[in-house]
Amino acid sequence: MKNSKRVEIKNLTKTFITGKNKVKAVNNISLTVEPGEFICLLGPSGCGKTTMLRMLAGFEIPTSGSIFIGDKDVANLTPDKRDSAMVFQNYALFPHMNVFNNIAYGLKIQKKSKQEIDERVGNILKLMKMENFAERTPSEMSGGQQQRVSLARALIMNSGVLLFDEPLSNLDAKLRLHMRDEIRKLQQDVGITSIYVTHDQAEAMSLSDKVVIMKDGEIMQVGSPIEIYQKPNSKFIAKFIGRANILKAKIISKKEEQTKIKLLGSEYTLNDEIKYNEGDVVEVVVRPESIKFNLDKHEGKVMKSVFMGENHEYEIMLEDQIIEVSLNNPHGKEIKKVGENLTFVFDEESIHII
Amino acid sequence: MNNLKIKIDQELKHIKKLTNDPTLFLTIIFSLIVVSFFVLVPLYNVLKESFTLKGVFSLENYKNAFERSGNVIIILNTLKLGFVTATLSLIIGFFFAYTTSYMKIKGKKIFDFIAMLPIISPPFVVALSAILLFGRQGLITRGLFGIKNFEIYGFHGLVLVQVLSFFPIAFLMLVGLLQGIDPSVEEASRDLGASKLKVFTSVTFPLVIPGLANAFLLVFIQSIADFANPVVIGGNFTTISVKIYQEGIGNFQLGIATALAMILLSMSISMFVIQRYYINKKSYITVTGKVSRARDLVKDRVITVPVFITLITLTLFVILMYILIPIGSFVKLWGINYTPTLDHYKYILDFGMDPIIQTTVLAVIATIITSIFSMVLAFLIVRKKFIGKTFIEFTTIMALAIPGTIIGLGYVISYNITYKIPFTNITLIPPLTGTAFIIIIAFIIRSLPVGIRSGMSSLQQIDPSIEEAASILGASSSKVFSSVTIPMIKEAFFSGLIYSFARSMTLVSTIIFLISAKWKLLTPTVMNNIDTGRIGIASAYCTILIVIVSTVMIVMQIFISKIGVKNKAS
Repeated sequence: MKNSKRVEIKNLTKTFITGKNKVKAVNNISLTVEPGEFICLLGPSGCGKTTMLRMLAGFEIPTSGSIFIGDKDVANLTPDKRDSAMVFQNYALFPHMNVFNNIAYGLKIQKKSKQEIDERVGNILKLMKMENFAERTPSEMSGGQQQRVSLARALIMNSGVLLFDEPLSNLDAKLRLHMRDEIRKLQQDVGITSIYVTHDQAEAMSLSDKVVIMKDGEIMQVGSPIEIYQKPNSKFIAKFIGRANILKAKIISKKEEQTKIKLLGSEYTLNDEIKYNEGDVVEVVVRPESIKFNLDKHEGKVMKSVFMGENHEYEIMLEDQIIEVSLNNPHGKEIKKVGENLTFVFDEESIHII
Repeated sequence: MNNLKIKIDQELKHIKKLTNDPTLFLTIIFSLIVVSFFVLVPLYNVLKESFTLKGVFSLENYKNAFERSGNVIIILNTLKLGFVTATLSLIIGFFFAYTTSYMKIKGKKIFDFIAMLPIISPPFVVALSAILLFGRQGLITRGLFGIKNFEIYGFHGLVLVQVLSFFPIAFLMLVGLLQGIDPSVEEASRDLGASKLKVFTSVTFPLVIPGLANAFLLVFIQSIADFANPVVIGGNFTTISVKIYQEGIGNFQLGIATALAMILLSMSISMFVIQRYYINKKSYITVTGKVSRARDLVKDRVITVPVFITLITLTLFVILMYILIPIGSFVKLWGINYTPTLDHYKYILDFGMDPIIQTTVLAVIATIITSIFSMVLAFLIVRKKFIGKTFIEFTTIMALAIPGTIIGLGYVISYNITYKIPFTNITLIPPLTGTAFIIIIAFIIRSLPVGIRSGMSSLQQIDPSIEEAASILGASSSKVFSSVTIPMIKEAFFSGLIYSFARSMTLVSTIIFLISAKWKLLTPTVMNNIDTGRIGIASAYCTILIVIVSTVMIVMQIFISKIGVKNKAS
């Protein structure tokens, strides 16, 4: 898309004051989003991601800091003066207008000719496969259909950045998956810079080029979904994204890019570059799905064994620590029972030092 | 200290943001000026005047108010009237509300209808009917029983007409409350072994106690502020409102009038504050939540039949009070000569059309302004952040509790002088008393609070993100308001329109202070005619007034249902 803009946030802070309490909802955040990039702001509720999005949109005024959309600092502009469009959590369609007029609203404000409006609305309806819905009012449509209209209404503005405020959280699980794919495909087709707020990590992982994880008003980590998953920089992120076993290990030796550690009595060689020294005790992350059975590096006792369909979930006790294991085993072969002993090994490549 | 600094900084940023949107900014400034100038300034002047004697500060006026035995009796009268009227209205209102919500009774629509009557009729209609029924030439007292020395004028007559006028307030409030109680709460009590009586005493009644207190205080405020009924039927039983008028306009004793006004105002405001900020918080209905399903109504005929008879008797009596007026307007001389005639209407047509035309024209102008302005204010209060927002919200809602006589008195004191630009001789505002302008302002200020409230409550039910969506699509604040907000709250807008028209047409207390030789309005004209014993003409005026108001209401209702249908079809 021609108009796609770079978004640059510099030292953005928002302080809310209620009575004597002062809450820093967003604390000195800086972030750059390249043109056409899709980023997700991900975090638990109260982490400041929504406040940040609302500042980008112009619904909240920052306490300090600046927001550039393209070359223009918009931090103190009202929403209507900004080159941004938004898809809302509860669709926010105008209940007194039909689909066509909802989508045409922004173009009418820009005083576009009737011909241009008809053409552009027609195109976007076609793109969304909603040609037959033009005359419907929001109350005559399902949640998924309403959200598509909401998306169309934002997309048609051809704005510099598209903002999403948890747009799928009101839909049922199946529709959510479908819409997720649709949003990603549309975004890639039109190439618009997109900033997407969600608390659903699966949504963030599957949609974005870059995930921004926030907590208590601060950014914890920025990275591609794979980086975030494989190399979380903190215990919080390791546990927040997917499931994780956090285990103690000791660094035995450190040579350029090769690090030897001792984990639960056995040695592993990692390719991580690390900031620690020989002899340090560190924490490592091992995902439950990167553990292999029947390889005798470690021996433990099964404490829990639950068949979940695609996967079989175990908890194994070893040296007073519980290790979660998730084994892909759709056919239910060689299931270990509670109380049995078994041997296993951690997948060397997936061990990551925090 | 640091917090304060951040706060100031943020407020400055809000102002800066507002100036980016000039229409919004000017609207806010305009609203602040209007509210200050036409609500606060008059009140301040009343307060100042009450502490002034011969141009210097003095407590003499209050000393007079509390020491002269006549005045003390008037204050006590007012309290007694408020208490008795509120208690009786509450009992009748609760009876109506409880039986219609809990029993299978026919004709519920009629009860809703009589609740509407006091809104469309001028406040002294019931008083006028009471005179027709129980006065010296009364249909019942003299016609039926031949009693010659029965006196309707006085405390008992006043209580009768006030209760009939105000119990619908209690009824409407309590009916909403009782229907908001989840029947499953009562079923739980039954299930745990309570008898039906025990359910009432241990569950239902305790749940509505805050509502009862609320209704009591609202009726109390109405009763002590009432001007029209006491003046028409109070006789020697004088209340503060009447006395304020007599002293302020009749004797031009502004000192004592303002002191009495401040006493009345402090009563009303304190009741209002208790009602709004104390009792309202104690409401349980929000805790019990939504009504899950319909209540099992009492069907036992042993109970419902006598209850129905009582209800219908009371209702018919109320309706009779309203029907008597048109009947009275078509007879020669009530109590003496019941020959049908059109004389009274002919007289009005020949000599007295001015008040009707003037009132209607001014009311229409005021209505249009009020309904737009109240939606704008509701929008600002609910959706925008700006300095002075709390001030506007508080003042306009407080204006509900300010008795009309006090606003009237305040206008007389404040606007009979010329305001000049400081240090110059240029007139900023000429004297406004006696002009149509100040009458329109009075109409607006008196109906604004209800309009704002209904606008606010419908806005609060609409997700703000719909307006945010419009704004991020490029619409300025005024465009958002006209293209999205107004269409979504159009029902509140039109019901506000109807209300302010009815309210303006029937307003008495405030404008009685503002009429002049040029602008004689309808309600004061009716009162003059009652005062001089021309009951037939008074009745004819009242009938015309009720016809105008109800015609406008019906036409508007049809119009609303039409646009409602059109909207759904498109």
